[in-house]
Amino acid sequence: MSGIWGALNEAWQELRIHRTRVLLSLIGVAVAVAAITATVGLGSIARQAQMEVQEAQSGRPATIVFWASRTDGQAIEADRLREAFMAVAERYSIEYASMDYMMQQQVQLPDGALMVESRAVEPIFGEMHRVQTVEGEWFTEAHAAMLAPAVIINEVLWERLGSPDLRTHPTLELLGGTDRVAVITGVVRAEPWQREMNTGYLYMLADDYRSIVDPAMLANVYPNLEVWVPDDQAQAVQDVVVRDLRAALGENATVDAGRNDWGAWPQDPFLIMQLFVAGVAALVLLLGALGLVNISLVTLRQRIREIGIRRSFGATSGRVFFAVLLESVVGTIAAGAAGVVLAILIVRNDWLLGMMGIGSVDAPAFPVEAAVLGMACAVGTGAVAGLLPALFAMRVKVIDAIRF
Amino acid sequence: MSLLELGGVTRTVELPDDEPLHILRGVDLRLEVGDHVSIVGRSGSGKSTLLNILGLLDNPTSGTVLFDGVDVRSLSSRRRDLMRGADVGFIFQQFNLLQGRTALENVMLPLLYARGRDFWRRGELALAMLDRVGLAARASSMPEKLSGGEQQRVAIARALVRRPRLILADEPTGALDVETGATVMALLDEVAEDSGAALVTITHDVNVAALARQHYRLDRGVLSPVDVQRVIAVAGAGATL
Ligand SMILES: Nc1ncnc2c1ncn2[C@@H]1O[C@H](COP(=O)(O)OP(=O)(O)OP(=O)(O)O)[C@@H](O)[C@H]1O
Ligand SMILES: [Mg+2]
Repeated sequence: MSGIWGALNEAWQELRIHRTRVLLSLIGVAVAVAAITATVGLGSIARQAQMEVQEAQSGRPATIVFWASRTDGQAIEADRLREAFMAVAERYSIEYASMDYMMQQQVQLPDGALMVESRAVEPIFGEMHRVQTVEGEWFTEAHAAMLAPAVIINEVLWERLGSPDLRTHPTLELLGGTDRVAVITGVVRAEPWQREMNTGYLYMLADDYRSIVDPAMLANVYPNLEVWVPDDQAQAVQDVVVRDLRAALGENATVDAGRNDWGAWPQDPFLIMQLFVAGVAALVLLLGALGLVNISLVTLRQRIREIGIRRSFGATSGRVFFAVLLESVVGTIAAGAAGVVLAILIVRNDWLLGMMGIGSVDAPAFPVEAAVLGMACAVGTGAVAGLLPALFAMRVKVIDAIRF
Repeated sequence: MSLLELGGVTRTVELPDDEPLHILRGVDLRLEVGDHVSIVGRSGSGKSTLLNILGLLDNPTSGTVLFDGVDVRSLSSRRRDLMRGADVGFIFQQFNLLQGRTALENVMLPLLYARGRDFWRRGELALAMLDRVGLAARASSMPEKLSGGEQQRVAIARALVRRPRLILADEPTGALDVETGATVMALLDEVAEDSGAALVTITHDVNVAALARQHYRLDRGVLSPVDVQRVIAVAGAGATL
């Protein structure tokens, strides 16, 4: 105990005396740690953000999509298909199952009619795709029971309606088929591309959709059944559901299924990026470590006498080794902390977040693992950089060091 | 049992393209607690080499060194380092204070390698020792701001702060003027006496040697007793040995 504390004490004194030189050498380490922490943190944030986009579009792992049509290519009658889908989901107690109609819906805006991309789903879809609203809330069973259809629109569409306060129950007129006035109950964030292309987007409930859509239109809509199941059950679920759907829909129907969540991709799409980042970071740190070793060795030559004096007053060679090693480690810990702080400042920078298409408000918190990694790199660099000087110091011959 | 006992100690160094150099040729010496020994000898006679062996910094080429009756060559180097820290205090001609550390930090240095109470109360102990050599007021001064005599007094405080049983001084007055040297030497003699440690002083100065009670001369690696009082009587106080 007193040994460790004593060595720390020595290391600290040494750093204090050579502060200018040490500071200069540590700037490199601080910059390297900042670079690593920032790139890893940024990578992690980008990954998180990208994953959210992925999940919103294709679902979370494992999301399986089933689709069916008649063998002659025509759509299967909507109610029959829905019944078949829902029966299967119920049979296997698949809690997360949603009908998914993707279509174009015409809406009435103050300045005329507009076609918007639309999707009609069940309330549970929100959880399956982790849909986040920026105003109001996602569909609940209460919305399903409302007389007027409920819709959730994206920010682009909402802004074109004049950003009405949802507490005033603003409405949106749905055109085509039976014209209906829908109540806007929620607003979702516009994806960067939607904002750029000024593209509106609209969600409604599958039941509402079937009741208002023009039957002629419905003949050209091929809905999917989407289910979200644990990753390890994905294949089994897919097989039995396809089999049962084939049985239920009869001879002249084809049934198919597939996964399109990112968990089904053959390779982690973020791996390449992270490998690249790791490579650059390692290189930067190596340069920092080399600088540190260099400075340590240079100052050590002037310290041979000091080491001899310490040895003659009872410092063991192990103690000298440890104290010199600690000098590097204590220094790099300080540099590492500075680097991590710098990295956080950089990564939380609004301009940078904007470049990645993330607003500063909803950017994920700075990843703790990046900060931990940065500190680990700092300590590791200190240990590696201190090793050579420490070995050198340990081998100093006392009688030669104190001879004059 | 003696504190330190040398029997037939030799020290030979192999020179790259020359005959081996025999620095010490069979030195016998016995030190008891409380002894005060002086060793004189010409430059290059092997005094520092002998002192390094006495201080467990160097091993003899042949012969035995018993510290507390233990053959030091049977000890691990770590064990010897710890023993040196606990039992030996060095005073050097060039003071060898650590630059950039205050006088107090310099005196605390040996206590950094101590354990328990000595370690945790090192500040207190070091300050008391600085006070003993009359430098408590300069505790936070850097060595380069102190006079030579003051620096050597700091070095004396450092050598004694762990209460070693053996104090080794290699020409402690060599870098000081005669008067300052005499004051410093008187102080060293006094504090060593107080602590009850054995004191071995290497010197060129007869007056310094005269302070000791046993006197030796080292001549080309051979140690023999001398009678300093007789030298002074014959040649006067300015004599060299
Ligand atoms: N490791 C070594 N390698 C080669 N020669 C050495 C070594 N150590 C000591 N010597 C030589 O041995 C001789 C005695 O050295 P030592 O330092 O003991 O002398 P000294 O009596 O202390 O002299 P001085 O009074 O000048 O300090 C010198 O000639 C020195 O050059
Ligand atoms: Mg000498």
